[in-house]
Amino acid sequence: MSDNTITVRFFARLREELETEQLVIEARPGLTAGDVLADLASQGGPWGQLQGDQPVMVAINQAMAKPGSAVEAGDELAFFPPVTGG
Amino acid sequence: MISVQSGDFDAVAEYAALRASGAGTGAIATFTGLVRDSGDLQGVTGLYLEHYPGMTEQVIQELVDEASKRWDLREARVIHRVGRLALQDQIVFVGVCSAHRGDAFAACEFIMDALKTSAPFWKKEITSGGEHWVEQKDSDLERSQGWE
Repeated sequence: MSDNTITVRFFARLREELETEQLVIEARPGLTAGDVLADLASQGGPWGQLQGDQPVMVAINQAMAKPGSAVEAGDELAFFPPVTGG
Repeated sequence: MISVQSGDFDAVAEYAALRASGAGTGAIATFTGLVRDSGDLQGVTGLYLEHYPGMTEQVIQELVDEASKRWDLREARVIHRVGRLALQDQIVFVGVCSAHRGDAFAACEFIMDALKTSAPFWKKEITSGGEHWVEQKDSDLERSQGWE
């Protein structure tokens, strides 16, 4: 059911090292961005870096957010390294 | 005017557009960033720039809005390129106009400093020996925090 899902997107170094541009997860009550990070990191391998030493930035629906921010069905969640433009 | 684009831009045309902003404009400040041959690595031959379509444009708009609150800004034009860029290519343009130079200088520098630490762009350096995602610099964070 697309109604109860959250799209998770990855950018830059994370996108390359996880070999994943985006995936879809099931929403559940009380879910936070940090919960999603922990769930994904528990897969091990390159996914472990989501809870590693290097900072991971969080955005929800294209606005900066925090690991404690709630994510709900229909949201677009994104994880990426600190930005380096300009 | 905010644009994230793969193609090059004409800084002279951007300056002309700022100059046409009206008789109240007394000062224009512009900044152009170029691809240089050294960054985290030496012997850089090019860059690859990635962004988050939608969010990137929105963040830049918020920075311009913030600059407009702080200073008397008559117009701002921000262009940032993405994709593969060669040595000495133009990466970014920030141009602002105001009644007076103080506001123009400050707003231009603020937008550029804040863009570097808050707009979702990521830069990868390309050298003959391989590729490397650039790490965020403490010096950039400090410059940006200096405006808070």
